[in-house]
Amino acid sequence: MPRFDYAPAPESRAIVDIRPSYGLFVGGAFVEGHGTPFKTVNPATEEVLAEVAEADAADVDRAVKAARTAYTRVWSRTSGRDRGKWLFRIARILQERSREFAVLETLDNGKPIKESRDVDVPLAAAHFFYHAGWADKLGYAGLGGSPADPPRPLGVVGQIIPWNFPLLMLAWKIAPALACGNTVVLKPAETTPLTALLFAEVCEQAGLPPGVVNIVTGAGPTGQALVEHPGVDKIAFTGSTEVGKLIARAVAGTRTRLTLELGGKAANIVYADAALDQAVEGIVDGIFFNQGHVCCAGSRLLVQESIHDDLVRRLQRRLATLRVGDPMDKNTDLGAINSAAQLEKIRELADAGEAEGANRWSPACELSSRGYWFPPTVFTGVAQSHRIAQEEVFGPVLSVLTFRTPAEAVAKANNTPYGLSAGVWTEKGSRILWMADQLRAGVVWANTFNKFDPTSPFGGYKESGYGREGGRHGLDGYVQTGGAA
Amino acid sequence: MSPTVEVRKTYKLYIGGAFPRSESGRSYAVHAAPGRAGHPGAFLANAADGSRKDARDAVVAARAAFPKWSGATAYNRGQVLYRVAEVMQGRAAQFEQEVAAAEGLTPARARATVQAAIDRWVWYAGWSDKLPQVLGGLNPVAGPYFDLSVPEPTGVVAVLAPQGSSLLGLASVIAPVIVSGNTCVVLASERRPLPAVDLAECLATSDLPGGVVNLLTARTAEVAPWLASHRDVDALDLTGAADAPGVDWGALERAAADSVTRVLRPAGTGPAAIEPDWTAEPGLGRMTAFLETKTVWHPKGI
Repeated sequence: MPRFDYAPAPESRAIVDIRPSYGLFVGGAFVEGHGTPFKTVNPATEEVLAEVAEADAADVDRAVKAARTAYTRVWSRTSGRDRGKWLFRIARILQERSREFAVLETLDNGKPIKESRDVDVPLAAAHFFYHAGWADKLGYAGLGGSPADPPRPLGVVGQIIPWNFPLLMLAWKIAPALACGNTVVLKPAETTPLTALLFAEVCEQAGLPPGVVNIVTGAGPTGQALVEHPGVDKIAFTGSTEVGKLIARAVAGTRTRLTLELGGKAANIVYADAALDQAVEGIVDGIFFNQGHVCCAGSRLLVQESIHDDLVRRLQRRLATLRVGDPMDKNTDLGAINSAAQLEKIRELADAGEAEGANRWSPACELSSRGYWFPPTVFTGVAQSHRIAQEEVFGPVLSVLTFRTPAEAVAKANNTPYGLSAGVWTEKGSRILWMADQLRAGVVWANTFNKFDPTSPFGGYKESGYGREGGRHGLDGYVQTGGAA
Repeated sequence: MSPTVEVRKTYKLYIGGAFPRSESGRSYAVHAAPGRAGHPGAFLANAADGSRKDARDAVVAARAAFPKWSGATAYNRGQVLYRVAEVMQGRAAQFEQEVAAAEGLTPARARATVQAAIDRWVWYAGWSDKLPQVLGGLNPVAGPYFDLSVPEPTGVVAVLAPQGSSLLGLASVIAPVIVSGNTCVVLASERRPLPAVDLAECLATSDLPGGVVNLLTARTAEVAPWLASHRDVDALDLTGAADAPGVDWGALERAAADSVTRVLRPAGTGPAAIEPDWTAEPGLGRMTAFLETKTVWHPKGI
């Protein structure tokens, strides 16, 4: 078969105007931070994009106070109808400035522009649009209370988000919090702060009252200061299970509420009767979407033994066509690894996979010598005891295991402390429904994978966390209701 | 004529559907509530003094019972909970006596309390086949997908039963946990444990599979930390931390954090824990605290 190469199709970065340095967004204005400023880089080129202020504990305290003032004086007195209208405005501005957000996200994060353009930014806008509609309907949400006496907000919410979907995670956090009447102090990840800081401009353009949304940048210590602040009524965290446990310990014994969206090690289960070409596309989406920097990534492929060789061949053929490279190129499938630290972690686990006896395979691909890159990688002959079958790699690394019977598939799929997501591929409807019942995971994708929607609750079982984001269920984490209190 | 010598009951643990003594061989004396004039209460019985190992055995039993109970039909679970009420009603007189002695209630108050406890089982029984409709449903996603969210039980729940309300409070914390398919290990009120043992005898004769509810009479402060940190416990109900001697609920919540165990904190504000008013309509909170939401996607197409 002749090979057709694609000419470069780079997206222009002219649309974004990155400032040389950024402060914190507190009380409706950019202010200086008092920690040590840090640089955020383009992971595809290692080019420094901007210097960003670090919020120290006193800065965090000021942000929490600004949020409290805005809550007491303005937001708690604002009708649901008006809160909704502000959220609608934000949704519209995100749509209007979508190209700018997509380019900035790709520059700061390293993900392919086609993903930031077609997934991250549109979904972020959709989250605001969806939750805007809830703001004046909370009494109908079945969360306690009534239309005349809707559930009450919690107050000031501290939110800590990861670097894999910076703007989208911001939307998942801020939209429901504001719709339910809370004010927010949000800490974006230290390697990807720029779209959150651009979002501050959106709040200004929307005319959102000062202090309703505050953004503090920094790394772990900034997050810790937020978690331990006594003026915060609720912490919402998305990130690693390790940090999630620390946060749960920190708020234990207080009345600070907590929802956690943590790691995963999803099984993607392919039966012999599956539509194999579709399954191959789902496997690729499942593990190579966003370079595998996805907590719900289908990182364990469980293949029915009789089709193992055939499926692996098809998968390898497909992977040979993936384009790895410049994230700004509209034809790129796999972009850059987000940071040097993450690249190091992926390398370590992949090396462990080899050392423990699994067979490593990657398609031929040229990787740039600048920036952080890792090729799409498939391990076959993986045992359940291998580290690559147990630990979250958070990178483009797929582990292939086999099973013979449905019971074995279920046992292996559930054999993990995580329980975020799972995939099932079979053409037999009754088996899909049976599998969906058996899998201990918060999201089950059947004959599809990695689909997200603001109306669809997302979140984990077991050590993948608690609480849901999205849908009617997601509101529950941001209101006080009657019941067992 | 010599007076009749009453046959007294041995109060034991309830684990995996059986009634063992504590493996520790220990027991502790249980007394009636002090009288109005401050007279110490009369000796009632020796209750088994459950140990760490009893608690671990109970977790094993609860885990073993989980697949069948969570996989039972909602209709079946509802009938089993209703059956508990039926069996309790038949033994109401005994419960009234036990509750009156434990809590120092008048016969009329005791009667009302026991009836409220029975009614609570009936109330929760009806929820089994309604929760998925009230809490779940179709999500209107922006694409050609069938997308459904359903509640599922969290797993094994460790419950600190309330210290004050020895029967109504106990029923009010057990029923919402098991109605959705969870199984549980319950630490009964430390000073008022006897009605819990009576309840266990009702549960054992109510078609409830062994291991779904495991009841321990024990020193809460001694056993609760082992349940809180147990890696096969999925959720922890700290309601009974209120007024439990020597119990720091914050420490229990911290211990639970290491395995991302779900925690229902005790009622109250700040570090204070208070026992709720058990006569109020319960609401959904005690059920939703021990539920997960599972969302299933499937494409639509031809």
